[in-house]
Amino acid sequence: MTSASARAGAELRPNFLSRYLQAHVREVVFTLGRFYRNLSGALLTCFVIGITLALPAGLHCLVRNVDALGYSWETTLQASLFLKDSTTPEQGRELAHRIKGRPGVADTAYLSREQSLEEFKALSGLGQALDLLDSNPLPAVITVTPIKGIERTALDALVVALGQQPEVEVAKLDRRWLERLYGALALVERLVLVIAGVLSLAVIVIVGNTIRLDIEAKRAEIEVMKLIGATDAFIRRPFLYTGLWYGLVGGAIAWLLVQGMVLALNGPASSLAGLYGSAFRLQGLPLDATAVMFGAGVLLGWLGAWWTVSRRLQEIEPR
Amino acid sequence: MPDIIHFHRVSHRYEGSGDVLSDVTFTLAKGEMAFLTGPSGAGKSTLLKLVALLERPSRGQIVVNGQNLAGVRRGQIPAFRQQIGVVFQNFNLLYDRSVFDNVALPLVIRGIGHDDIGRRVRAALDAVGLLGKEKVSPITLSGGEQQRVGIARAIVAKPQLLLADEPTGNLDPEMAREVMQLFQRFNEVGVSVLVATHAVGLIKKLPYRVIHLERGQLTTRQSPELMEKTVDFG
Ligand SMILES: Nc1ncnc2c1ncn2[C@@H]1O[C@H](COP(=O)(O)OP(=O)(O)OP(=O)(O)O)[C@@H](O)[C@H]1O
Ligand SMILES: [Mg+2]
Repeated sequence: MTSASARAGAELRPNFLSRYLQAHVREVVFTLGRFYRNLSGALLTCFVIGITLALPAGLHCLVRNVDALGYSWETTLQASLFLKDSTTPEQGRELAHRIKGRPGVADTAYLSREQSLEEFKALSGLGQALDLLDSNPLPAVITVTPIKGIERTALDALVVALGQQPEVEVAKLDRRWLERLYGALALVERLVLVIAGVLSLAVIVIVGNTIRLDIEAKRAEIEVMKLIGATDAFIRRPFLYTGLWYGLVGGAIAWLLVQGMVLALNGPASSLAGLYGSAFRLQGLPLDATAVMFGAGVLLGWLGAWWTVSRRLQEIEPR
Repeated sequence: MPDIIHFHRVSHRYEGSGDVLSDVTFTLAKGEMAFLTGPSGAGKSTLLKLVALLERPSRGQIVVNGQNLAGVRRGQIPAFRQQIGVVFQNFNLLYDRSVFDNVALPLVIRGIGHDDIGRRVRAALDAVGLLGKEKVSPITLSGGEQQRVGIARAIVAKPQLLLADEPTGNLDPEMAREVMQLFQRFNEVGVSVLVATHAVGLIKKLPYRVIHLERGQLTTRQSPELMEKTVDFG
Protein backbone atom coordinates (compact mmCIF):
# COMPACT_ATOMS: atom_id res chain seq x y z
CA MET A 1 0.00 0.00 0.00
CA THR A 2 1.59 3.24 -1.04
CA SER A 3 -0.43 6.11 0.33
CA ALA A 4 -4.11 5.76 0.87
CA SER A 5 -3.94 8.88 2.98
CA ALA A 6 -2.56 10.96 0.14
CA ARG A 7 -5.64 10.38 -1.95
CA ALA A 8 -6.88 13.94 -1.83
CA GLY A 9 -7.72 15.14 -5.33
CA ALA A 10 -4.34 14.17 -6.75
CA GLU A 11 -5.95 11.81 -9.23
CA LEU A 12 -4.49 12.09 -12.67
CA ARG A 13 -7.62 11.98 -14.71
CA PRO A 14 -7.11 12.67 -18.40
CA ASN A 15 -9.46 15.24 -19.94
CA PHE A 16 -12.96 14.28 -20.92
CA LEU A 17 -12.31 13.63 -24.61
CA SER A 18 -9.34 11.34 -24.16
CA ARG A 19 -11.15 9.57 -21.31
CA TYR A 20 -14.09 9.06 -23.61
CA LEU A 21 -11.90 7.80 -26.44
CA GLN A 22 -9.95 5.50 -24.16
CA ALA A 23 -13.13 4.02 -22.71
CA HIS A 24 -14.54 3.31 -26.16
CA VAL A 25 -11.34 1.92 -27.64
CA ARG A 26 -11.10 -0.37 -24.62
CA GLU A 27 -14.68 -1.49 -25.11
CA VAL A 28 -14.16 -2.11 -28.84
CA VAL A 29 -11.12 -4.29 -28.16
CA PHE A 30 -12.83 -6.04 -25.25
CA THR A 31 -16.12 -6.82 -27.07
CA LEU A 32 -14.35 -7.89 -30.27
CA GLY A 33 -12.20 -10.23 -28.22
CA ARG A 34 -15.29 -11.73 -26.63
CA PHE A 35 -16.99 -12.00 -30.02
CA TYR A 36 -13.96 -13.87 -31.33
CA ARG A 37 -13.77 -16.23 -28.36
CA ASN A 38 -17.45 -17.14 -28.86
CA LEU A 39 -17.14 -17.14 -32.63
CA SER A 40 -19.47 -19.99 -33.59
CA GLY A 41 -22.32 -18.83 -31.38
CA ALA A 42 -21.89 -15.22 -32.42
CA LEU A 43 -21.72 -16.10 -36.09
CA LEU A 44 -24.94 -18.07 -35.81
CA THR A 45 -26.74 -14.97 -34.59
CA CYS A 46 -25.04 -12.90 -37.30
CA PHE A 47 -26.13 -15.42 -39.91
CA VAL A 48 -29.77 -15.15 -38.87
CA ILE A 49 -29.49 -11.37 -39.02
CA GLY A 50 -27.74 -11.68 -42.39
CA ILE A 51 -30.56 -13.72 -43.91
CA THR A 52 -33.11 -11.32 -42.47
CA LEU A 53 -31.35 -8.33 -44.02
CA ALA A 54 -30.59 -10.16 -47.28
CA LEU A 55 -34.25 -10.76 -48.09
CA PRO A 56 -35.29 -7.10 -48.59
CA ALA A 57 -31.84 -6.20 -49.94
CA GLY A 58 -31.97 -8.99 -52.51
CA LEU A 59 -35.48 -8.04 -53.59
CA HIS A 60 -34.43 -4.43 -53.89
CA CYS A 61 -31.46 -5.51 -55.98
CA LEU A 62 -33.73 -7.41 -58.38
CA VAL A 63 -36.13 -4.47 -58.64
CA ARG A 64 -33.27 -2.13 -59.50
CA ASN A 65 -32.08 -4.56 -62.18
CA VAL A 66 -35.51 -4.91 -63.80
CA ASP A 67 -35.87 -1.15 -63.65
CA ALA A 68 -32.52 -0.72 -65.42
CA LEU A 69 -33.60 -3.27 -68.00
CA GLY A 70 -36.88 -1.44 -68.67
CA TYR A 71 -35.02 1.82 -68.97
CA SER A 72 -32.55 0.36 -71.44
CA TRP A 73 -35.50 -0.62 -73.60
CA GLU A 74 -37.16 2.71 -73.23
CA THR A 75 -34.34 4.59 -74.95
CA THR A 76 -34.77 2.38 -77.99
CA LEU A 77 -38.41 3.43 -78.21
CA GLN A 78 -39.61 5.58 -81.03
CA ALA A 79 -42.29 8.22 -80.97
CA SER A 80 -44.85 8.24 -83.79
CA LEU A 81 -46.32 11.55 -84.97
CA PHE A 82 -49.52 11.04 -86.90
CA LEU A 83 -49.99 13.98 -89.24
CA LYS A 84 -53.23 15.70 -90.17
CA ASP A 85 -54.63 14.67 -93.54
CA SER A 86 -54.42 18.31 -94.68
CA THR A 87 -50.63 18.17 -94.50
CA THR A 88 -48.96 17.75 -97.90
CA PRO A 89 -46.04 15.33 -98.32
CA GLU A 90 -43.72 18.31 -98.84
CA GLN A 91 -44.81 19.88 -95.57
CA GLY A 92 -44.41 16.51 -93.91
CA ARG A 93 -40.84 16.02 -95.14
CA GLU A 94 -40.02 19.58 -94.19
CA LEU A 95 -41.40 19.00 -90.66
CA ALA A 96 -39.40 15.75 -90.30
CA HIS A 97 -36.30 17.67 -91.25
CA ARG A 98 -37.02 20.42 -88.71
CA ILE A 99 -37.69 17.95 -85.92
CA LYS A 100 -34.42 16.19 -86.59
CA GLY A 101 -32.68 19.44 -85.68
CA ARG A 102 -34.28 19.53 -82.22
CA PRO A 103 -32.23 18.68 -79.14
CA GLY A 104 -32.85 15.16 -77.90
CA VAL A 105 -33.71 13.84 -81.35
CA ALA A 106 -31.33 11.42 -83.06
CA ASP A 107 -33.22 10.69 -86.26
CA THR A 108 -36.59 11.09 -88.01
CA ALA A 109 -38.22 9.30 -90.91
CA TYR A 110 -41.20 10.48 -92.93
CA LEU A 111 -43.76 7.98 -94.19
CA SER A 112 -46.40 9.37 -96.59
CA ARG A 113 -49.99 8.13 -96.50
CA GLU A 114 -49.31 5.91 -99.51
CA GLN A 115 -46.16 4.46 -97.95
CA SER A 116 -48.09 3.82 -94.76
CA LEU A 117 -50.67 1.89 -96.69
CA GLU A 118 -48.04 -0.16 -98.54
CA GLU A 119 -46.32 -0.98 -95.31
CA PHE A 120 -49.54 -1.92 -93.64
CA LYS A 121 -50.48 -4.18 -96.56
CA ALA A 122 -47.15 -5.93 -96.34
CA LEU A 123 -47.12 -6.30 -92.57
CA SER A 124 -50.75 -7.16 -92.02
CA GLY A 125 -50.93 -9.73 -94.81
CA LEU A 126 -54.34 -8.36 -95.80
CA GLY A 127 -52.81 -7.42 -99.17
CA GLN A 128 -55.36 -7.10 -101.96
CA ALA A 129 -58.26 -6.88 -99.54
CA LEU A 130 -57.32 -3.32 -98.74
CA ASP A 131 -57.67 -2.36 -102.41
CA LEU A 132 -61.39 -2.64 -101.86
CA LEU A 133 -61.33 0.55 -99.78
CA ASP A 134 -62.36 3.73 -101.59
CA SER A 135 -59.90 5.91 -99.81
CA ASN A 136 -56.69 5.49 -97.86
CA PRO A 137 -57.63 5.47 -94.12
CA LEU A 138 -54.04 5.76 -92.91
CA PRO A 139 -52.34 9.04 -91.94
CA ALA A 140 -48.83 10.08 -92.81
CA VAL A 141 -46.37 9.32 -90.01
CA ILE A 142 -43.09 10.76 -88.81
CA THR A 143 -41.10 8.31 -86.65
CA VAL A 144 -38.84 10.10 -84.18
CA THR A 145 -35.88 8.30 -82.62
CA PRO A 146 -34.66 10.03 -79.47
CA ILE A 147 -30.97 10.17 -78.66
CA LYS A 148 -29.59 7.33 -76.56
CA GLY A 149 -29.69 7.75 -72.82
CA ILE A 150 -32.23 10.58 -72.83
CA GLU A 151 -33.85 11.21 -69.46
CA ARG A 152 -37.32 9.83 -68.99
CA THR A 153 -38.75 13.27 -68.20
CA ALA A 154 -36.97 14.89 -71.15
CA LEU A 155 -38.44 12.24 -73.43
CA ASP A 156 -41.93 12.89 -72.10
CA ALA A 157 -41.49 16.63 -72.59
CA LEU A 158 -40.26 16.07 -76.15
CA VAL A 159 -43.28 13.98 -77.07
CA VAL A 160 -45.65 16.58 -75.67
CA ALA A 161 -43.89 19.38 -77.55
CA LEU A 162 -44.02 17.45 -80.81
CA GLY A 163 -47.72 16.76 -80.30
CA GLN A 164 -48.36 20.53 -80.21
CA GLN A 165 -47.00 21.12 -83.72
CA PRO A 166 -49.81 22.42 -85.98
CA GLU A 167 -49.30 19.67 -88.57
CA VAL A 168 -49.48 16.90 -85.98
CA GLU A 169 -52.76 15.24 -85.18
CA VAL A 170 -51.45 13.15 -82.32
CA ALA A 171 -48.02 12.14 -80.94
CA LYS A 172 -47.56 8.79 -79.29
CA LEU A 173 -44.81 7.03 -77.48
CA ASP A 174 -45.78 3.43 -77.34
CA ARG A 175 -44.75 2.38 -73.95
CA ARG A 176 -47.89 1.34 -72.29
CA TRP A 177 -46.40 -2.01 -71.28
CA LEU A 178 -43.36 -0.23 -69.88
CA GLU A 179 -45.62 1.91 -67.78
CA ARG A 180 -47.28 -1.22 -66.50
CA LEU A 181 -43.83 -2.58 -65.68
CA TYR A 182 -42.92 0.56 -63.80
CA GLY A 183 -46.21 0.44 -61.94
CA ALA A 184 -45.57 -3.14 -60.94
CA LEU A 185 -42.03 -2.26 -59.91
CA ALA A 186 -43.25 0.63 -57.76
CA LEU A 187 -45.59 -1.81 -56.07
CA VAL A 188 -42.81 -4.32 -55.47
CA GLU A 189 -40.52 -1.55 -54.22
CA ARG A 190 -43.23 -0.55 -51.74
CA LEU A 191 -43.53 -4.18 -50.74
CA VAL A 192 -39.76 -4.30 -50.19
CA LEU A 193 -40.11 -1.34 -47.84
CA VAL A 194 -42.86 -3.06 -45.87
CA ILE A 195 -40.86 -6.30 -45.69
CA ALA A 196 -37.77 -4.35 -44.64
CA GLY A 197 -39.76 -2.65 -41.90
CA VAL A 198 -41.13 -5.90 -40.52
CA LEU A 199 -37.76 -7.64 -40.75
CA SER A 200 -36.08 -4.69 -39.03
CA LEU A 201 -38.24 -5.46 -36.03
CA ALA A 202 -37.15 -9.08 -36.39
CA VAL A 203 -33.48 -8.04 -36.27
CA ILE A 204 -34.13 -5.96 -33.14
CA VAL A 205 -35.81 -8.95 -31.52
CA ILE A 206 -33.05 -11.36 -32.56
CA VAL A 207 -30.31 -9.13 -31.21
CA GLY A 208 -32.38 -8.28 -28.16
CA ASN A 209 -32.89 -11.93 -27.33
CA THR A 210 -29.22 -12.80 -27.80
CA ILE A 211 -28.21 -9.88 -25.61
CA ARG A 212 -30.83 -10.89 -23.03
CA LEU A 213 -29.20 -14.31 -22.69
CA ASP A 214 -25.83 -12.59 -22.54
CA ILE A 215 -27.08 -10.38 -19.71
CA GLU A 216 -28.50 -13.34 -17.81
CA ALA A 217 -25.12 -15.07 -18.09
CA LYS A 218 -23.41 -11.96 -16.76
CA ARG A 219 -25.83 -11.25 -13.96
CA ALA A 220 -23.23 -11.80 -11.25
CA GLU A 221 -20.75 -9.63 -13.11
CA ILE A 222 -23.28 -6.82 -13.46
CA GLU A 223 -24.03 -6.98 -9.74
CA VAL A 224 -20.33 -6.67 -8.94
CA MET A 225 -20.02 -3.75 -11.34
CA LYS A 226 -22.91 -1.93 -9.71
CA LEU A 227 -21.48 -2.68 -6.30
CA ILE A 228 -18.18 -0.99 -7.05
CA GLY A 229 -19.94 2.05 -8.46
CA ALA A 230 -20.13 1.48 -12.19
CA THR A 231 -22.70 3.72 -13.88
CA ASP A 232 -25.48 2.24 -15.98
CA ALA A 233 -23.87 3.78 -19.06
CA PHE A 234 -20.63 1.96 -18.30
CA ILE A 235 -22.37 -1.38 -17.78
CA ARG A 236 -24.49 -0.90 -20.87
CA ARG A 237 -21.59 -0.09 -23.18
CA PRO A 238 -20.14 -3.57 -23.86
CA PHE A 239 -23.62 -4.89 -24.62
CA LEU A 240 -24.29 -2.04 -27.04
CA TYR A 241 -21.02 -2.71 -28.82
CA THR A 242 -21.81 -6.42 -28.96
CA GLY A 243 -25.18 -5.62 -30.57
CA LEU A 244 -23.41 -3.33 -32.99
CA TRP A 245 -20.97 -6.08 -34.03
CA TYR A 246 -23.86 -8.49 -34.54
CA GLY A 247 -25.51 -5.96 -36.85
CA LEU A 248 -22.31 -5.14 -38.70
CA VAL A 249 -21.27 -8.75 -39.31
CA GLY A 250 -24.92 -9.58 -40.10
CA GLY A 251 -24.81 -6.81 -42.72
CA ALA A 252 -21.62 -8.26 -44.21
CA ILE A 253 -23.23 -11.71 -44.40
CA ALA A 254 -26.32 -10.21 -46.06
CA TRP A 255 -24.07 -8.47 -48.58
CA LEU A 256 -22.31 -11.75 -49.38
CA LEU A 257 -25.67 -13.50 -49.77
CA VAL A 258 -26.99 -10.87 -52.19
CA GLN A 259 -23.79 -10.80 -54.23
CA GLY A 260 -23.88 -14.59 -54.31
CA MET A 261 -27.44 -14.49 -55.60
CA VAL A 262 -26.46 -12.03 -58.34
CA LEU A 263 -23.51 -14.21 -59.30
CA ALA A 264 -25.70 -17.29 -59.43
CA LEU A 265 -28.35 -15.56 -61.57
CA ASN A 266 -25.96 -13.74 -63.85
CA GLY A 267 -25.20 -16.67 -66.15
CA PRO A 268 -28.82 -17.55 -66.96
CA ALA A 269 -29.81 -13.88 -67.06
CA SER A 270 -27.23 -12.85 -69.61
CA SER A 271 -27.89 -15.85 -71.85
CA LEU A 272 -31.58 -14.93 -71.71
CA ALA A 273 -30.72 -11.34 -72.55
CA GLY A 274 -28.52 -12.65 -75.35
CA LEU A 275 -31.55 -14.30 -76.93
CA TYR A 276 -33.13 -10.84 -77.20
CA GLY A 277 -29.92 -9.39 -78.62
CA SER A 278 -29.26 -7.43 -75.44
CA ALA A 279 -25.92 -7.13 -73.66
CA PHE A 280 -27.76 -6.77 -70.35
CA ARG A 281 -25.96 -8.00 -67.24
CA LEU A 282 -27.28 -8.22 -63.69
CA GLN A 283 -25.76 -5.61 -61.42
CA GLY A 284 -24.87 -6.29 -57.79
CA LEU A 285 -26.35 -4.32 -54.90
CA PRO A 286 -25.78 -0.63 -55.70
CA LEU A 287 -23.47 1.34 -53.42
CA ASP A 288 -26.21 3.44 -51.83
CA ALA A 289 -28.33 0.38 -51.02
CA THR A 290 -25.23 -1.37 -49.63
CA ALA A 291 -24.58 1.58 -47.35
CA VAL A 292 -28.21 1.61 -46.23
CA MET A 293 -28.10 -2.13 -45.54
CA PHE A 294 -24.92 -1.92 -43.45
CA GLY A 295 -26.21 1.18 -41.68
CA ALA A 296 -29.48 -0.56 -40.93
CA GLY A 297 -27.62 -3.60 -39.58
CA VAL A 298 -25.48 -1.52 -37.26
CA LEU A 299 -28.36 0.68 -36.12
CA LEU A 300 -30.76 -2.22 -35.55
CA GLY A 301 -28.13 -4.25 -33.69
CA TRP A 302 -27.41 -1.29 -31.46
CA LEU A 303 -31.12 -0.59 -30.95
CA GLY A 304 -31.88 -4.22 -30.11
CA ALA A 305 -29.11 -4.23 -27.53
CA TRP A 306 -30.15 -0.88 -26.10
CA TRP A 307 -33.79 -1.89 -25.85
CA THR A 308 -32.93 -5.04 -23.94
CA VAL A 309 -30.18 -3.68 -21.72
CA SER A 310 -32.18 -0.66 -20.64
CA ARG A 311 -35.02 -2.83 -19.44
CA ARG A 312 -32.90 -5.54 -17.83
CA LEU A 313 -30.38 -3.34 -16.10
CA GLN A 314 -33.02 -1.86 -13.82
CA GLU A 315 -33.92 -5.29 -12.51
CA ILE A 316 -30.41 -6.37 -11.61
CA GLU A 317 -29.37 -4.94 -8.29
CA PRO A 318 -26.61 -6.21 -6.02
CA ARG A 319 -27.88 -7.90 -2.87
CA MET B 1 -14.17 14.89 14.93
CA PRO B 2 -15.91 14.35 11.60
CA ASP B 3 -17.58 10.98 11.19
CA ILE B 4 -17.29 8.75 8.17
CA ILE B 5 -20.43 6.81 9.16
CA HIS B 6 -23.25 8.16 11.27
CA PHE B 7 -26.40 6.14 12.07
CA HIS B 8 -29.16 7.97 13.89
CA ARG B 9 -32.03 5.82 15.21
CA VAL B 10 -31.98 3.59 12.17
CA SER B 11 -34.46 0.74 11.83
CA HIS B 12 -34.78 -1.59 8.94
CA ARG B 13 -37.13 -4.32 7.93
CA TYR B 14 -37.21 -6.30 4.71
CA GLU B 15 -40.45 -6.85 2.90
CA GLY B 16 -42.47 -9.23 5.02
CA SER B 17 -39.94 -9.45 7.86
CA GLY B 18 -39.93 -7.93 11.32
CA ASP B 19 -37.39 -5.32 12.35
CA VAL B 20 -33.96 -6.64 11.37
CA LEU B 21 -32.33 -3.51 12.80
CA SER B 22 -34.11 -1.53 15.44
CA ASP B 23 -33.22 1.93 16.61
CA VAL B 24 -29.51 1.66 15.83
CA THR B 25 -27.39 4.71 16.60
CA PHE B 26 -23.63 4.70 16.25
CA THR B 27 -20.76 6.50 14.54
CA LEU B 28 -17.51 5.46 12.96
CA ALA B 29 -14.98 8.27 13.06
CA LYS B 30 -12.83 9.19 10.07
CA GLY B 31 -9.71 7.04 10.15
CA GLU B 32 -11.20 4.62 12.68
CA MET B 33 -11.27 0.87 12.38
CA ALA B 34 -13.97 -1.22 14.06
CA PHE B 35 -15.39 -4.72 14.05
CA LEU B 36 -19.06 -5.53 13.71
CA THR B 37 -19.94 -8.74 15.51
CA GLY B 38 -23.00 -10.66 16.57
CA PRO B 39 -24.65 -14.01 16.07
CA SER B 40 -25.96 -15.13 12.72
CA GLY B 41 -29.05 -13.17 11.75
CA ALA B 42 -28.23 -10.26 14.05
CA GLY B 43 -28.23 -7.84 11.13
CA LYS B 44 -24.53 -7.30 10.42
CA SER B 45 -24.83 -7.68 6.65
CA THR B 46 -27.96 -5.54 6.69
CA LEU B 47 -26.10 -2.73 8.41
CA LEU B 48 -23.30 -2.80 5.83
CA LYS B 49 -25.86 -2.87 3.01
CA LEU B 50 -27.46 0.26 4.40
CA VAL B 51 -24.08 2.01 4.41
CA ALA B 52 -23.40 1.03 0.78
CA LEU B 53 -26.96 2.00 -0.27
CA LEU B 54 -27.80 -1.56 -1.25
CA GLU B 55 -30.84 -1.07 0.96
CA ARG B 56 -32.68 2.02 2.14
CA PRO B 57 -33.52 2.22 5.85
CA SER B 58 -37.15 1.93 6.88
CA ARG B 59 -36.61 4.62 9.51
CA GLY B 60 -33.85 6.87 10.77
CA GLN B 61 -31.02 8.82 9.24
CA ILE B 62 -27.71 7.66 7.78
CA VAL B 63 -24.89 10.04 6.92
CA VAL B 64 -21.85 8.67 5.12
CA ASN B 65 -18.84 10.90 4.54
CA GLY B 66 -20.98 13.98 5.11
CA GLN B 67 -23.69 12.84 2.72
CA ASN B 68 -27.21 12.20 3.96
CA LEU B 69 -28.16 9.01 2.17
CA ALA B 70 -31.83 9.95 2.05
CA GLY B 71 -30.84 12.64 -0.44
CA VAL B 72 -28.90 10.35 -2.77
CA ARG B 73 -31.05 9.64 -5.81
CA ARG B 74 -30.83 6.49 -7.88
CA GLY B 75 -28.69 8.08 -10.57
CA GLN B 76 -26.24 9.34 -7.94
CA ILE B 77 -25.67 5.93 -6.37
CA PRO B 78 -22.73 4.93 -8.61
CA ALA B 79 -20.82 8.10 -7.72
CA PHE B 80 -21.63 7.52 -4.05
CA ARG B 81 -20.42 3.92 -4.12
CA GLN B 82 -17.17 4.97 -5.73
CA GLN B 83 -16.20 6.49 -2.39
CA ILE B 84 -16.44 3.10 -0.70
CA GLY B 85 -14.41 -0.07 -1.07
CA VAL B 86 -16.27 -3.32 -0.39
CA VAL B 87 -14.98 -6.83 0.34
CA PHE B 88 -17.16 -9.93 0.58
CA GLN B 89 -16.99 -13.38 2.03
CA ASN B 90 -17.41 -14.99 -1.39
CA PHE B 91 -14.83 -12.72 -3.08
CA ASN B 92 -17.15 -11.66 -5.96
CA LEU B 93 -14.38 -11.69 -8.53
CA LEU B 94 -14.98 -11.83 -12.27
CA TYR B 95 -13.59 -15.14 -13.42
CA ASP B 96 -13.56 -14.38 -17.14
CA ARG B 97 -10.69 -11.93 -16.76
CA SER B 98 -7.25 -11.77 -15.25
CA VAL B 99 -6.32 -10.71 -11.74
CA PHE B 100 -5.00 -7.46 -13.19
CA ASP B 101 -8.27 -6.69 -14.97
CA ASN B 102 -10.26 -7.47 -11.82
CA VAL B 103 -8.25 -5.08 -9.73
CA ALA B 104 -8.26 -2.46 -12.50
CA LEU B 105 -12.07 -2.38 -12.70
CA PRO B 106 -12.69 0.42 -10.16
CA LEU B 107 -10.11 2.56 -11.98
CA VAL B 108 -11.59 1.78 -15.37
CA ILE B 109 -15.08 2.85 -14.31
CA ARG B 110 -13.60 6.12 -13.09
CA GLY B 111 -11.95 6.74 -16.45
CA ILE B 112 -8.41 6.77 -15.08
CA GLY B 113 -5.69 6.94 -17.74
CA HIS B 114 -4.15 3.76 -19.04
CA ASP B 115 -0.63 4.29 -17.64
CA ASP B 116 -1.97 5.29 -14.25
CA ILE B 117 -4.07 2.14 -14.11
CA GLY B 118 -1.03 -0.08 -14.62
CA ARG B 119 0.94 1.72 -11.95
CA ARG B 120 -1.83 1.74 -9.36
CA VAL B 121 -2.96 -1.84 -9.95
CA ARG B 122 0.58 -3.04 -9.44
CA ALA B 123 0.88 -0.96 -6.26
CA ALA B 124 -2.36 -2.49 -4.93
CA LEU B 125 -1.30 -6.03 -5.82
CA ASP B 126 2.04 -5.36 -4.20
CA ALA B 127 0.25 -4.24 -1.04
CA VAL B 128 -1.60 -7.57 -0.81
CA GLY B 129 1.46 -9.59 -1.81
CA LEU B 130 0.21 -10.77 -5.20
CA LEU B 131 2.46 -8.83 -7.55
CA GLY B 132 3.53 -11.96 -9.44
CA LYS B 133 -0.03 -13.09 -10.14
CA GLU B 134 -1.40 -10.21 -12.19
CA LYS B 135 -1.73 -12.15 -15.45
CA VAL B 136 -3.37 -15.32 -14.10
CA SER B 137 -7.07 -15.99 -13.85
CA PRO B 138 -8.47 -15.70 -10.30
CA ILE B 139 -9.91 -19.20 -10.64
CA THR B 140 -6.41 -20.65 -10.31
CA LEU B 141 -5.80 -18.92 -6.96
CA SER B 142 -6.39 -20.24 -3.46
CA GLY B 143 -9.22 -18.83 -1.35
CA GLY B 144 -6.86 -16.58 0.59
CA GLU B 145 -5.28 -15.29 -2.59
CA GLN B 146 -8.68 -14.65 -4.15
CA GLN B 147 -9.73 -12.70 -1.09
CA ARG B 148 -6.57 -10.64 -1.33
CA VAL B 149 -7.41 -9.88 -4.98
CA GLY B 150 -10.82 -8.71 -3.71
CA ILE B 151 -9.11 -6.50 -1.17
CA ALA B 152 -6.74 -5.08 -3.76
CA ARG B 153 -9.77 -4.22 -5.89
CA ALA B 154 -11.46 -2.57 -2.91
CA ILE B 155 -8.50 -0.32 -2.11
CA VAL B 156 -7.03 0.37 -5.56
CA ALA B 157 -9.11 3.51 -6.03
CA LYS B 158 -8.10 4.75 -2.58
CA PRO B 159 -11.53 4.88 -0.98
CA GLN B 160 -12.01 6.72 2.29
CA LEU B 161 -14.06 3.87 3.69
CA LEU B 162 -13.55 0.14 3.48
CA LEU B 163 -16.46 -2.19 4.28
CA ALA B 164 -15.88 -5.93 4.64
CA ASP B 165 -18.57 -8.55 5.22
CA GLU B 166 -17.04 -11.67 6.75
CA PRO B 167 -13.92 -11.39 4.64
CA THR B 168 -12.33 -14.34 6.42
CA GLY B 169 -15.38 -16.59 6.47
CA ASN B 170 -14.04 -18.90 3.81
CA LEU B 171 -10.40 -18.86 4.88
CA ASP B 172 -8.32 -21.02 7.17
CA PRO B 173 -7.05 -19.36 10.41
CA GLU B 174 -3.61 -18.55 9.02
CA MET B 175 -4.95 -16.82 5.93
CA ALA B 176 -7.66 -15.12 7.97
CA ARG B 177 -4.99 -13.59 10.20
CA GLU B 178 -3.08 -12.29 7.18
CA VAL B 179 -6.21 -10.72 5.76
CA MET B 180 -7.00 -8.98 9.05
CA GLN B 181 -3.43 -7.66 9.14
CA LEU B 182 -3.99 -6.19 5.69
CA PHE B 183 -7.01 -4.26 6.95
CA GLN B 184 -4.94 -2.98 9.86
CA ARG B 185 -2.27 -1.74 7.48
CA PHE B 186 -4.78 0.13 5.34
CA ASN B 187 -6.24 1.64 8.48
CA GLU B 188 -2.78 2.79 9.55
CA VAL B 189 -2.49 4.87 6.36
CA GLY B 190 -5.80 6.58 7.03
CA VAL B 191 -8.59 4.44 5.59
CA SER B 192 -11.68 4.03 7.78
CA VAL B 193 -12.50 0.33 8.11
CA LEU B 194 -15.62 -1.52 9.23
CA VAL B 195 -15.38 -5.32 9.26
CA ALA B 196 -18.33 -7.60 10.00
CA THR B 197 -17.03 -10.90 11.29
CA HIS B 198 -17.75 -14.10 13.19
CA ALA B 199 -14.09 -14.63 13.91
CA VAL B 200 -14.18 -13.54 17.52
CA GLY B 201 -11.06 -15.49 18.41
CA LEU B 202 -9.16 -13.67 15.72
CA ILE B 203 -10.08 -10.13 16.76
CA LYS B 204 -10.18 -10.31 20.52
CA LYS B 205 -6.50 -9.44 20.88
CA LEU B 206 -6.72 -6.56 18.43
CA PRO B 207 -6.98 -3.03 19.80
CA TYR B 208 -10.12 -1.98 17.93
CA ARG B 209 -13.60 -1.08 18.94
CA VAL B 210 -16.20 -3.82 18.63
CA ILE B 211 -19.74 -2.91 17.64
CA HIS B 212 -21.90 -5.78 18.75
CA LEU B 213 -25.34 -6.48 17.31
CA GLU B 214 -27.84 -8.71 18.99
CA ARG B 215 -31.18 -9.30 17.27
CA GLY B 216 -30.90 -5.98 15.52
CA GLN B 217 -29.99 -4.04 18.66
CA LEU B 218 -26.69 -2.42 19.35
CA THR B 219 -24.25 -2.96 22.20
CA THR B 220 -20.92 -1.27 21.71
CA ARG B 221 -18.12 -2.63 23.81
CA GLN B 222 -14.59 -1.41 23.98
CA SER B 223 -13.21 -4.54 25.58
CA PRO B 224 -13.02 -7.69 23.50
CA GLU B 225 -12.92 -9.83 26.65
CA LEU B 226 -16.33 -8.59 27.73
CA MET B 227 -17.69 -9.30 24.30
CA GLU B 228 -16.38 -12.82 24.42
CA LYS B 229 -18.55 -13.35 27.48
CA THR B 230 -21.71 -12.27 25.69
CA VAL B 231 -20.87 -14.62 22.89
CA ASP B 232 -20.52 -17.41 25.41
CA PHE B 233 -23.89 -16.54 26.85
CA GLY B 234 -25.45 -16.17 23.37
N1 LIG C 1 -33.31 -9.81 1.44
C1 LIG C 1 -33.89 -10.20 2.60
N2 LIG C 1 -35.22 -10.35 2.68
C2 LIG C 1 -35.81 -10.71 3.84
N3 LIG C 1 -35.15 -10.95 4.97
C3 LIG C 1 -33.83 -10.81 4.96
C4 LIG C 1 -33.12 -10.43 3.78
N4 LIG C 1 -31.81 -10.37 4.05
C5 LIG C 1 -31.70 -10.71 5.35
N5 LIG C 1 -32.89 -10.96 5.89
C6 LIG C 1 -33.15 -11.31 7.30
O1 LIG C 1 -32.64 -10.29 8.10
C7 LIG C 1 -32.01 -10.82 9.25
C8 LIG C 1 -30.61 -10.30 9.37
O2 LIG C 1 -29.86 -10.76 8.27
P1 LIG C 1 -28.33 -10.38 8.06
O3 LIG C 1 -27.89 -11.02 6.79
O4 LIG C 1 -28.18 -8.92 8.17
O5 LIG C 1 -27.66 -11.09 9.29
P2 LIG C 1 -26.12 -11.29 9.60
O6 LIG C 1 -25.89 -10.71 10.94
O7 LIG C 1 -25.31 -10.79 8.49
O8 LIG C 1 -26.04 -12.86 9.69
P3 LIG C 1 -24.81 -13.81 9.24
O9 LIG C 1 -23.82 -13.72 10.37
O10 LIG C 1 -25.43 -15.16 9.17
O11 LIG C 1 -24.31 -13.31 7.96
C9 LIG C 1 -32.09 -12.32 9.12
O12 LIG C 1 -33.12 -12.80 9.95
C10 LIG C 1 -32.41 -12.57 7.68
O13 LIG C 1 -33.24 -13.69 7.56
MG1 LIG D 1 -24.06 -11.63 7.03
